[in-house]
Amino acid sequence: MPQPSPNTMDMNATAVSGTDSATATLPPPESPWRLTARRFGRRLPGVIAAAFLMLLVLLALAAPLIAPQDPYDLAQVTIVENERAPGALSDDGRTTFLLGTDGAGRDMASAILYGLRISLGIGVASALVALAVGTVVGLTAAYFGGKVDAVLMRIVDVQLSLPTILVALVLLAVLGQGVDKTLLALVLVQWATFARNVRGSAMVERNKEYIEAAMGQGLPAHRLMLRHMLPNCMAPLVVTTTNQMANAITLEATMSFLGIGLPQTEPSLGLLISNGFDYVLSHQYWISVFPGLALVLLVVSISVVGDQLRVVLNPKLDT
Amino acid sequence: MALLEVDRLVTEFHTGAGVVRALDNVSFTLERGKVLGIVGESGSGKSVTAFSLMNLLEAPGRIASGSIRFKGEELGAASPTRWSQLRGDRIAMVFQDPMMSLNPVMRIGAQLAETVAIHARASRAQIDEQVCSALRRVGIAAPAERMRAYPHELSGGMRQRVAIANAIINAPDLIIADEPTTALDVTIQGQILYEMKQLVRSSGTALLWITHDISLVKDLADHLCVMYAGRVIEQGPVDQVIGQPRHPYTRGLIDSLPHAASRGKRLYSIPGATPPLLALPPGCAFAPRCSRASAACSVTPQVTVAGAREFRCFHPLDRP
Repeated sequence: MPQPSPNTMDMNATAVSGTDSATATLPPPESPWRLTARRFGRRLPGVIAAAFLMLLVLLALAAPLIAPQDPYDLAQVTIVENERAPGALSDDGRTTFLLGTDGAGRDMASAILYGLRISLGIGVASALVALAVGTVVGLTAAYFGGKVDAVLMRIVDVQLSLPTILVALVLLAVLGQGVDKTLLALVLVQWATFARNVRGSAMVERNKEYIEAAMGQGLPAHRLMLRHMLPNCMAPLVVTTTNQMANAITLEATMSFLGIGLPQTEPSLGLLISNGFDYVLSHQYWISVFPGLALVLLVVSISVVGDQLRVVLNPKLDT
Repeated sequence: MALLEVDRLVTEFHTGAGVVRALDNVSFTLERGKVLGIVGESGSGKSVTAFSLMNLLEAPGRIASGSIRFKGEELGAASPTRWSQLRGDRIAMVFQDPMMSLNPVMRIGAQLAETVAIHARASRAQIDEQVCSALRRVGIAAPAERMRAYPHELSGGMRQRVAIANAIINAPDLIIADEPTTALDVTIQGQILYEMKQLVRSSGTALLWITHDISLVKDLADHLCVMYAGRVIEQGPVDQVIGQPRHPYTRGLIDSLPHAASRGKRLYSIPGATPPLLALPPGCAFAPRCSRASAACSVTPQVTVAGAREFRCFHPLDRP
């Protein structure tokens, strides 16, 4: 039961204090994250895409456990079983090559599971690192403004004016192949998008009175930026991050397809497509098509989730 | 030694159209535990005074000269680190619009807890206790429950109470309130004003209350500053300034208040409008609107001291 407040001693205020300061039984406050999750759940396409995406993530994570063979363990792969059609049986009759085998006799289903793991890992990791870098740059530019803002944003402009694929190609041509180098190239072409995005939303927040009020509380700059400005920029940022993950996966696949991304020892989906490309014309479509299909499903499901997030996080679009 | 001594403070804004002098030689003092009211129209420099005192001026605004001494310490020379220590702990501010001055995505309890945690070492339980007690003191019932609310779940009056709780939570020596009741209903205004008075009286905190409504400060303030076009044109103990204004502008402000005797009559208004700060008339800025103005008024009037009162006028009103 609400207790009478010790401050309700002023008699002329009792008439209104009933509505203003008395305890009304409010519904328990809902955090913005839970609210978003609940609103997201109301729309079927995104829910299906999210469920499918989760399935893909689980498959990728569990690849070593569920794949019929380790496609890169030479003891398990025999060249004799190469170019088998989907559904064919292995020579010892114990495994079925559900999606066929490639030119070296690897089980395509296993190769795709392992490839998914690499594609997803690199895409997510590069988007998150770029997110961190871009957020710091964007917040700094918006918070300090003036010359700091001008310098940082011109660097961003230069970065964004160069075609992504070109920057990535040049970088990898110079640096050489490798997971770390591909990651670096992907971060380098993505951070500027995040920086501009964060700076845009943070500038709007910067001019709101609550930031001034927080300054008046004596909060240090880093706390103002990370605890006050950043959470208020989350909505557009979540959407950008999702879209950038899809972009990063596609870009990595493109580079690997062109043979400059990942080395043959770390085959992502793009590399699998590339490896099977020679066989497409001789009617062994499965070596290229199935990894391609996996890539499309992955990117499309991420995009659908991102699209729905954009709608859900913007009350003006969520009708 | 007074708690706050402001001496010939000049704040300027360097804009493309020229230098705007938003504060022109503003001086006043505020004693511990007292309430100083600053009254003026829009553009008279009230808010700029508050922001100058808090060192929250943003470019292109800057303090050009003058001194602000807080407990004997010259704040003009204070480092950003020193400011972080002072703000929210020794000097706190309450803003005009409670819809805007709270972070929309943080629970109010977390916002108040932050103010405590940033300035003192305390355990989670101690902080929660302090937040609860601050909310209770501003008249919020069931504070333990309310702590978990987001600002949008509260009414305007409640939010302003939260903002005030945030200001008093570290028991500061000085609270600067920039029109804290302007955005509220008249009834809530009365409550907030009353509670503010109680809080200040009981805690010994000094209060700088900025408003455009002279009737709001007459029961609250001990001392009153009237500002016009960036200058303090009259100041003194509140009952003297309101009872016997010496500056014609103060007289005009008081005459334009509605009261019981003026029922049914046309309300007085000062002729003309506040001059733009970029094109101030030479001398007394009020002269073009003043019925007592003469040729002498084209020179800036210096401060005349008469007992506890000060005013800037060549033709002051006589004692009635």
